Amino acid sequence: MINEPIGSVLMAGGGIAGIQAALDLADSGFYVYLVEKSAGIGGAMSQLDKTFPTNDCAM
Amino acid sequence: MNIELLTLSEIEAVTGEQGNFTVKIRKNPRFIDEDKCIACGLCAEKCPKKVEDEYNTGLSKRKAAYIKYGQTVPLKYAIDPVNCIYQTKGKCGVCTKVCPTGAINHDMTVEHVELNVGSVILSPGFKPFSPAGIDYYGYDEIPDVVTSLEYERMLSASGPFTGHLKKLSDGKDPEKIAWIQCVGSRNTNCAANGYCSSVCCMYAIKQAVMTQAHQPEGHGEQTIFYMDIRTPGKEYERYYESSKDKGVRYVRARPHSLIKGPDGVGVTMTWADDTGKTHDEYFDMVVLSIGLESPEDAETLAQAGGFKLDRFGFADTSSFDPVATSHPGVYVTGAFHSPKAIPQSVALASTAAARAKADLAPARGTLAIEKKFIEEFDIEGQEKRIGVFVCACGTNIASVVDVNAVAEYAASLEGVIHVENNLFTCSTDTQDLIAKTILDKELNAIVIAACTPRTHEPLFQETLQNSGLNKYMVEMANIRNMNSWVHPNEPEKATDKAKAQVRMAVAKVARNYPLTDIEVNITPRALVVGAGAAGMSAALSLADQGYETVLIEKQDQPGGMANYLDKTWKGEEIQSHLKALTQKISSHEMIQFHTNTELTAVSGFVGSFVGELTQGEDTLDIEFGTCVIATGARESEPAEYLYKKDNRVMTSLEFDLWVSREPDFAASCNSIAFIQCVGSRDDQKPYCSRVCCTQSIKKAVEVKTTNPAADVFIFYRDIRTYSDKELLFEKARELGVIFIRYELDSKPEVITSGDTLTIKGFDPILQLPVELDVDKLVLASAIVPNDANPFVEMFKCSVNSDGFLMESHPKLKPVDSTVDGVFLAGMCHYPKPVDEAIAQGEAAASRASVILSKKTLKLDAIKSAVTHNCDGCALCVDVCPYNAIELVINDQAATKNRVIKTNQALCKGCGICAATCPKEGVVINGFTMNQLKAQVDAILETV
Repeated sequence: MINEPIGSVLMAGGGIAGIQAALDLADSGFYVYLVEKSAGIGGAMSQLDKTFPTNDCAM
Repeated sequence: MNIELLTLSEIEAVTGEQGNFTVKIRKNPRFIDEDKCIACGLCAEKCPKKVEDEYNTGLSKRKAAYIKYGQTVPLKYAIDPVNCIYQTKGKCGVCTKVCPTGAINHDMTVEHVELNVGSVILSPGFKPFSPAGIDYYGYDEIPDVVTSLEYERMLSASGPFTGHLKKLSDGKDPEKIAWIQCVGSRNTNCAANGYCSSVCCMYAIKQAVMTQAHQPEGHGEQTIFYMDIRTPGKEYERYYESSKDKGVRYVRARPHSLIKGPDGVGVTMTWADDTGKTHDEYFDMVVLSIGLESPEDAETLAQAGGFKLDRFGFADTSSFDPVATSHPGVYVTGAFHSPKAIPQSVALASTAAARAKADLAPARGTLAIEKKFIEEFDIEGQEKRIGVFVCACGTNIASVVDVNAVAEYAASLEGVIHVENNLFTCSTDTQDLIAKTILDKELNAIVIAACTPRTHEPLFQETLQNSGLNKYMVEMANIRNMNSWVHPNEPEKATDKAKAQVRMAVAKVARNYPLTDIEVNITPRALVVGAGAAGMSAALSLADQGYETVLIEKQDQPGGMANYLDKTWKGEEIQSHLKALTQKISSHEMIQFHTNTELTAVSGFVGSFVGELTQGEDTLDIEFGTCVIATGARESEPAEYLYKKDNRVMTSLEFDLWVSREPDFAASCNSIAFIQCVGSRDDQKPYCSRVCCTQSIKKAVEVKTTNPAADVFIFYRDIRTYSDKELLFEKARELGVIFIRYELDSKPEVITSGDTLTIKGFDPILQLPVELDVDKLVLASAIVPNDANPFVEMFKCSVNSDGFLMESHPKLKPVDSTVDGVFLAGMCHYPKPVDEAIAQGEAAASRASVILSKKTLKLDAIKSAVTHNCDGCALCVDVCPYNAIELVINDQAATKNRVIKTNQALCKGCGICAATCPKEGVVINGFTMNQLKAQVDAILETV
């Protein structure tokens, strides 16, 4: 571990987990590169209709 | 602003070390300039090449120029080079011709980018298991056999069938649908996937329930074929039970062959019941509940990131540092960690963020950007000079609504001195133009007639701020979503409606006044209540991130329930980890640790709480900005099976403790039985305690490993060894542990006669009654939460009907409580094993540090305010859902008075108080009665 770390984070994967981690980091004073393989973020959750157990719309 | 999105990009290599990595990224070309694309959709509309839409699992077509889905971020089109005619054959280029902004660029090439970062977090997700090629499921042959992901798209209103379910064979409505669980999970035969995918039971139940809701009364029959129903999460068991009441049928069987139904329609399925009798049953459709596999690029990522995978291709991690890979500074989260549902993924994402934040604490704020605006100009006392900007949204609005007529009409309205039509009001150049026009024409109120404020109001507020005009001087008229999109066939009426919408917005903005956002100071200190595994992990993470933390524990020593556990299911020593954790907590300069201490009173709100700590007779007031509650849970005392009547009958924890004193027990044990779900999943406690199956099987394996001659029995209802814990279940069966299933209405019976302890039950496999004499009987008794009512009283947070503290949102905010600034970790939220408690503790620390990292908290200005009309009737006090209003009685004044006081930090501006108040004694800034009345009058003007 070096003494003067870099204040940015690379977040690979823009599904719900990647988005949450990126938001937590960016909202706490870090710069985030959110790297996503496809043309848009959202991941598998964006394909779901409703979610268990609240039947909320996944989108 | 501090998130830079790189789409169509992949990691090529990671070099460097924790704190300073260089990551090589391959950025594939989009062939559409993101800065110029306005998402009008013309490229896709005119693109001649149709291909299978992978977003809709191939059930519909998209074009080679496409967006993934309507709400995709970034909302920018892309050209898929594999299918694009121009990219493959050098001809076509229709998109280039039709694009109104010149965004198409077929000459874009792959870019290689190097990024310098302190930490790397990987969350590549999972690959859905493909049932193709497995003959007995018939997926390749039978059109009405679909995967659960395909079915999800079929159910979706935004899916290929707009939510109208139909059979793929004949397009007719299906009535009778079956789900087959564990397709590609818990299966070492057709797939080398010995683990449980953890999510399929839940989604299948949900799909069955949603399907039922799609079908007319009296129609439809949903059947789920399963091995064990695994619903071991918060509110999961209740949903499962309620699905039975809604008519979902559950059959415990693993169907072994599926063939096409008569005339190629539907499916005939053969399955065997408990007695061995086979049934041929016809279904209109069969849904295969496919499992989650490690992502396709797992191997490549592991190589690039320099870390190890487990045998199934998921990241190899430990229970005590759940997101850390074998490469320091590289973390994993989401389903790549292990198959998991959304709430666990979201929580573990915060865990990964917490680890990175701790590593990079000295560099916090060095690269993050803070937006600064120019000074606001004063408009007090000025006449309103209103500007109206009418958007065409490409053709989105203009193809239905006559936008020129709307603009012309707007110009006739009182106070309007400037009107403009824009092709895309939201485009960057129009934003600059609006800011300039505000200054040039001295506008002090703006109406944007375009789309929804839900997505675009912040953008236009910023435009105003860039010109120096107060951001609350803008109103939006949603003439797209609420008009052109829903009235495409009535353009004249739509245009009239758009005029009315603009009239309303102008009427409102004429009564707008500048508002100032609220700033609340944040006390830079966290309070963590409860020093079990979760609480200690939360405190340590916060301290490592550089925040002063006060950790309190009610008992005289830390550790909580973890003190009673010896090993994790993987065999890691819990006590040595706990010892190390305690050592770190006690010696950390940022942590004040108090035992025998309780939180006895709280006042204040997010950012500035004041709490009273009580230690014996002494009390101490502390200020804190945020709080993590980690007060844990405990094992309940069984009320059956001769517990406390025969000393050979003990609970799981008592058994653990007893074994630790009698280490030779296993070697001398002849027979032992475990009974699962003792006090769980019944009327009294209708939830699953999540940990007991794994706990009992772990003990059974230990006994059987030491002494293979011992008879070990487990009486169970469903074995719930979710995720890779399934491997333990497999091992237990290999070792010869005997599993005997029972139902809630036919529980085993425990009797003593003389010295013999006997369990009587019925074995559904043998179809025979069994009587087993055992040396010891272990009861896996339910886990119950410690009393959370004091927290409900102090913080006004909530508990569910089982007494577990409630999260703010079960999916998206799983560690935030229902009160801002208060977070949940560990078993006070729900029963969970030690690795999940640690992960949630660190996740809570990440959520808490989002607040602590700032000096002040900015809140919007749409808040309640008390007027001179208030006479203290206090009707609003009870209806406020956020406890933001209190009644102040002033006895000292010459004339006694009562008046309410609102707390701006707690107020969410919902407006219930204003709607309840009979005399406008309380109003919502930005939505006053005066403003709302003006809008209503404006809409009624032509009626």
